[in-house]
Amino acid sequence: MTATPIHEPAAEPAPVDDDTSSSQPRRPQTWRSRLRGGRAGTSALVYAVLLVLAIMYIYPFLIQVATSFKTDPEAVSNPLALVPQVWSTAAYERLFLRSDFPIWFRNSVVVTLCVTAGRVFFCSLAGYALARLRFPGRGFVFAALVAVMAVPGVVLLIPRFLVVKQLGIYDTFAGMIIPLLADAAGVFIMKNYFESIPRSVEEAARIDGASTFRIYRSVVLPMARPALITLVILSFQGSWNELAHFIVSAESAELVTLTKGVAQLASGQLGQGSQFPLKLAAAVIMTIPVAVLFFVFQRRIMNSTAGAVKE
Amino acid sequence: MTAPARTTSTATRRPRRSGVRSGEAASGWLFITPVIVLLGLFLVLPVVMAAWVSLSDWTGRGSPFSDDVSFVGGQNYSDLLFGGGLATQDFGTALRNNAWYVVLVVPIQTALSLFLAVMVNRKILRGSSFFRTAFYFPSVTSSVAITVLFLFLFSATGAVNKALSALSVNGPNWFADPRGVVHLGLGAVGVDQAPSALAGSGFLGISAWQWLAGPSVAMCVLILMAVFTTSGTFMLLFLAALQHISDEVDEAALMDGTSNWQRFRYVTLPMLRPTLFTVMTLGLIGTWQVFDQIYTGTQGGPAKTTVTPAYLSYTASFQSQQWGRGAAIAFILFAIIVVMTILQRQAIRGRGGDAT
Repeated sequence: MTATPIHEPAAEPAPVDDDTSSSQPRRPQTWRSRLRGGRAGTSALVYAVLLVLAIMYIYPFLIQVATSFKTDPEAVSNPLALVPQVWSTAAYERLFLRSDFPIWFRNSVVVTLCVTAGRVFFCSLAGYALARLRFPGRGFVFAALVAVMAVPGVVLLIPRFLVVKQLGIYDTFAGMIIPLLADAAGVFIMKNYFESIPRSVEEAARIDGASTFRIYRSVVLPMARPALITLVILSFQGSWNELAHFIVSAESAELVTLTKGVAQLASGQLGQGSQFPLKLAAAVIMTIPVAVLFFVFQRRIMNSTAGAVKE
Repeated sequence: MTAPARTTSTATRRPRRSGVRSGEAASGWLFITPVIVLLGLFLVLPVVMAAWVSLSDWTGRGSPFSDDVSFVGGQNYSDLLFGGGLATQDFGTALRNNAWYVVLVVPIQTALSLFLAVMVNRKILRGSSFFRTAFYFPSVTSSVAITVLFLFLFSATGAVNKALSALSVNGPNWFADPRGVVHLGLGAVGVDQAPSALAGSGFLGISAWQWLAGPSVAMCVLILMAVFTTSGTFMLLFLAALQHISDEVDEAALMDGTSNWQRFRYVTLPMLRPTLFTVMTLGLIGTWQVFDQIYTGTQGGPAKTTVTPAYLSYTASFQSQQWGRGAAIAFILFAIIVVMTILQRQAIRGRGGDAT
């Protein structure tokens, strides 16, 4: 490396600037900050800007929680305060004791769990087939999946209703769940991960005479845990937050999910007046499961979102 | 049984594995069949059915394939595009609203997320994971919950107007204000009426003056909301790309005595071009599909200034029972998204070729 200083100027800071070479190159942080020279002012400015932005991103959610504990008049008269003058749990009492909210919540839980379980199973099966198994038509299936991914979801709003109705599963849990079970993006996540696992592990199992499903189930799947967790997060978040499909696939009151119920609540179908604490309390509760998921798997979410769309 | 097959197959093209090939092919198809059936049934078939409905006069009763539904050709499409009636005007209005939304949201969210990523990526920054979390959190919550929150924040007596009044500014009644911001701006300099050149009937039943109205005040809140909820996701995409730019490249530029801005403009930005393209494409596709926020928040109001094609397609079908028209709107929307994506791809490619 030292023999080729011309080709690698970055690795050879010494000839360029004596001052920097004297600082330890082992510690790039100090080396860098010193190089940029007396940047205390800039860095304070960076912090200030970031802090203001962070407050703008977080403050609305704090207001949301605070307002859900306010009384109706106080929510209107004092919308900015983070601490209610009079603590009131009226909104939550009304939601849980005198409304359909518990039913909505139950429906969302049922749908989300089924969709998540189904997606993990079907997507990992298909991903494994595409990554490892050689079968006629694989190239075509792969191309078809890519094409299918390009269809924007909103375009499917009416068409999905038509098919669900035609199949006789309109206004049932089946109609709400089954159309969401397969997800082309999930197949790709699993396929990419399976391809990164060395084949030798499976070969060993195959020589031992294990069936393909056995190998998938007991050898490959346990190794694909990171990808499975990613898929669980994405499926859970996606189906918990889904609105459009539930609008077109069901109409009865017993099948309303949180998103649909709260959306209708927001557009004023559950009573008079602004009722902001009530609506915001509903929004808070529907945010909690994804928020918990987010904080538990924070590191992985940060990586997977970037990884899923890369390339 | 597999052992002899294996040994013979070593001589063939694909050694080792082709012996179990027939079994492998069967399980391959078995593994992938559920996904194919599900996607075929709920993605491909729907599109085919909707294509038929968009060419028919189906009114939502009975099966769209029954005998009393007749083929009307491109009638639904021509009603929307050339009819000149209410259908055309509504569709034109929806396109105008969404076009302004796209034109404002895509550049702002791209620029903001890039800015956030660059700021958070600074190596000397302490607490960068806190900032990442803060900026990303709005992206994980549901669009319904966020819309409910924004309905409150931007209500007439809401938090935003309260904060504005502290600065002695009288905030508008955001969600009830249908005035276009370009018209407002022109009104401030004394142009209240359409100049005669712009007053005539323009495109899709909407006069040029109306096309240029700009997003309504209500739509501006939705634009803000879109930026708020998507910038975190796109920030992560940029961050991933920034971390792939090796320190050596950056330091090489540093050695050449470049300023921060020069380094960003001539070193970082060109290397981010693929991500920039991804972010803008995803943004474009996403912003043409606004539905949840309209359904939850404004129902197209005030004065139809937040109707989008996606929402119009829904109301035409489910509320007006004009299923053919609703399906036709969905297909036109699909076409718009495809064309826009291709155009953008070429624009970026073209400029990339010139720059390098």
